[in-house]
Amino acid sequence: MSQVKSALLVGVGGQGAILTAKVLVNGLMEAGYDVKMSEVHGMSQRGGSVSTQVRWGEKVASPLIGKGGADIIVAFEKMEAVRYADYLKPDGVAVINDYEIMSATIAAGLAQYPAGTLEAMQAHFECHIVKAEAIAREVGSPKCMNIVLFGSLVGALGLEGIDWESVIARTVPPKFRELNLKAYRAGRAAVS
Amino acid sequence: MDKFLLSGNEAIARGAYEAGVKVASAYPGTPSTEIFENLPQYRDDLYSEWAPNEKVATEVAYGACLAGVRSLTAMKHVGVNVAADPLFTAAYNGVGGGFVMVSADDPSMHSSQNEQDNRHYARAAKIAMLEPSDSQECLDFTKAAYEISEQFDMPVMLRITTRVAHSKSLVHFSERQEPPVPEYRRNVRKNVCTPANAYLNHPKVEENLKKLEQWGCSSSLNRIEMAGTKVGVISASIAYEYAKEVFPKDTSFLKLGLTNPLPMDLIRDFAAKVETLYVIEELDPFMEEQIKAAGIACKGKELTGLLYEMNPQLLKERLFGVKDPSVDVGVAAVSRPPVLCPGCPHRGFFYTMSRHKDFVVAGDIGCYTLGAAPPLNAIDSVICMGGGFTVAMGMAKAFEMSGQTDKKVFGVLGDSTFFHSGMTGAAEIAYNQGNVIPVVLDNHITGMTGHQDNPGSGYTLQGEIADALKIEDILRAYGFKNVIIVDPQDLKAMEAAVQEALASPVRAAIIVRRPCLLIKRVKHELSLCKVDAAKCIGCKKCLGVGCPAIMVRDKKAVIDANQCVGCTVCAQVCPMGAIGKEA
Repeated sequence: MSQVKSALLVGVGGQGAILTAKVLVNGLMEAGYDVKMSEVHGMSQRGGSVSTQVRWGEKVASPLIGKGGADIIVAFEKMEAVRYADYLKPDGVAVINDYEIMSATIAAGLAQYPAGTLEAMQAHFECHIVKAEAIAREVGSPKCMNIVLFGSLVGALGLEGIDWESVIARTVPPKFRELNLKAYRAGRAAVS
Repeated sequence: MDKFLLSGNEAIARGAYEAGVKVASAYPGTPSTEIFENLPQYRDDLYSEWAPNEKVATEVAYGACLAGVRSLTAMKHVGVNVAADPLFTAAYNGVGGGFVMVSADDPSMHSSQNEQDNRHYARAAKIAMLEPSDSQECLDFTKAAYEISEQFDMPVMLRITTRVAHSKSLVHFSERQEPPVPEYRRNVRKNVCTPANAYLNHPKVEENLKKLEQWGCSSSLNRIEMAGTKVGVISASIAYEYAKEVFPKDTSFLKLGLTNPLPMDLIRDFAAKVETLYVIEELDPFMEEQIKAAGIACKGKELTGLLYEMNPQLLKERLFGVKDPSVDVGVAAVSRPPVLCPGCPHRGFFYTMSRHKDFVVAGDIGCYTLGAAPPLNAIDSVICMGGGFTVAMGMAKAFEMSGQTDKKVFGVLGDSTFFHSGMTGAAEIAYNQGNVIPVVLDNHITGMTGHQDNPGSGYTLQGEIADALKIEDILRAYGFKNVIIVDPQDLKAMEAAVQEALASPVRAAIIVRRPCLLIKRVKHELSLCKVDAAKCIGCKKCLGVGCPAIMVRDKKAVIDANQCVGCTVCAQVCPMGAIGKEA
């Protein structure tokens, strides 16, 4: 099973991590991989910390990984990167959105947003820091931040040989197709 | 053949369609909800509905099976508690067409109030239980469940967990079968559970279980994968997938699909072929205890533990003491609990509750459970669906009997919960003269589970327009002469409604009414609030509403334009008038 790869997508409920994982999975499926994906619905989606896992290879048994199991982590929010950092293999890669979302605990004044999250990740892992919110605004809408990060994920993982643009075009709603393609290209360019 | 990437829930829906199911009834609950959300696509062949609660759903589906068709019900694990009454006696009466109940358990409580292991229900009710471990098995086992149900004359529980329900893997489809539906005939002896009939039915239940156990010993639902004789593993459900990754290549497996009754002869044969036997299962030692009771030595819970869901890394560590290397980056993340969304109509209500130290608030299950979180801290208790009204009743009676006369008690639940099991609580308060103000938070939808329709929403699961039951009419019929309807986004009106209810000379109830902002078919008026930094004195009063869109930076309130929807609740609590709608 050593050739099975594992990606962990983490963020805040409502950021679109599940759609991003869907694009990834659709492309991997077309490329002929056995794929499993695990997501969590319900209460944890209401602005809470969320994680989605995608695993692919010749044959995948478990849809789930534990600590030290991920080859790549994509953090849609930078504090979430450190929350899940111990899920990443020591030689794993991190794609991190340089973007802050306060948690309720912080907004209520019960804690401070931690300083030095990006630096801490960079000190331990190969990191690609992406200003996905700014890039998404530039291409048209902050709503496509997730596809910007997807572009960066593809760039960081080097998932060549899959026509990602056509996968995106088929996965997202038609009226957002152009926007998302632009977002994808910009995100991909951001890690090269 | 084409393969589709399906979640376990989507695959169960497909399996029910292929099995020829004609009637399906359920109440939504994470992680089961998507099963029924995926049934209306088959509406030409299969009727599906949201019932008011799980007991009703089970009875509707069971009634359909008595009338001769294959039927389905599905619910989250705690839903089976609600449905247990019909389930246990359906086991005695047996079935007509096949009858399957999906129980979706939630190890680790991703979206649940407890971690109960519903495999015990199958054993206690004396019915068959199948446990798929991936999406293809979800489809295949659903079809097999109907065969078993009809062959052995019993309901079948298809037990899944969050990681089976919400994991996606590749699935093959087949054509739908159309099992013949016999002409309906009354059968009092079988279907009327008088004591005399139940007395005669019980031995049949035991006999059928015995036959099923023997059948299970040679069924392809249970399979032996021999690889070596040193170590053998018995596992089922998602734990099997974890174990497959963790044990060495020369480990033999007995992979069980039918887990009640356990195929003990097959287990004994397998155990005899290996030197060391492990039983790998999440939560309780359901299989392990029965296997040990049959005199078969095995290892299990002393290594794997009773709590929470597993994963391959955890299992490896607990079994073999081998930890995958991981890194502590030295910066700790602050907790990020779920919160009421920006613009959530529940916010205004709970903010009002939070302003009064003498209010005691019994809450309920739904998005509004989040009213208990800081900074609102506005709920005293939450126990189960429908418990909001009735727990409040018990507290009020206790305060009366112990002379704690300063307490003002509110029972709070949502619209879907009102129809689920809140109505009986309203009857209780009226009938037994409770000193309680019942409050229905009516956002026109079943919110937390992902926006399912309910008897008050005006639509059915299949998308047809339905008569929307009016909560105010029901409460009035129960004797609440003063039903106060209020928009929670207007904090002054919200406070006035609460005071009016408390002072009301006749029995009062409150309906807090505003549609959830996430309902797509409702046209919402969205705008944006902004802070005038010159007026803001940094008093942080606005943080008291607990909105994720508002925070204080450099001693001034700041509103995140990406999140704000312009509900103005924060503006209404600002003493300086520093927050306003952007023009």
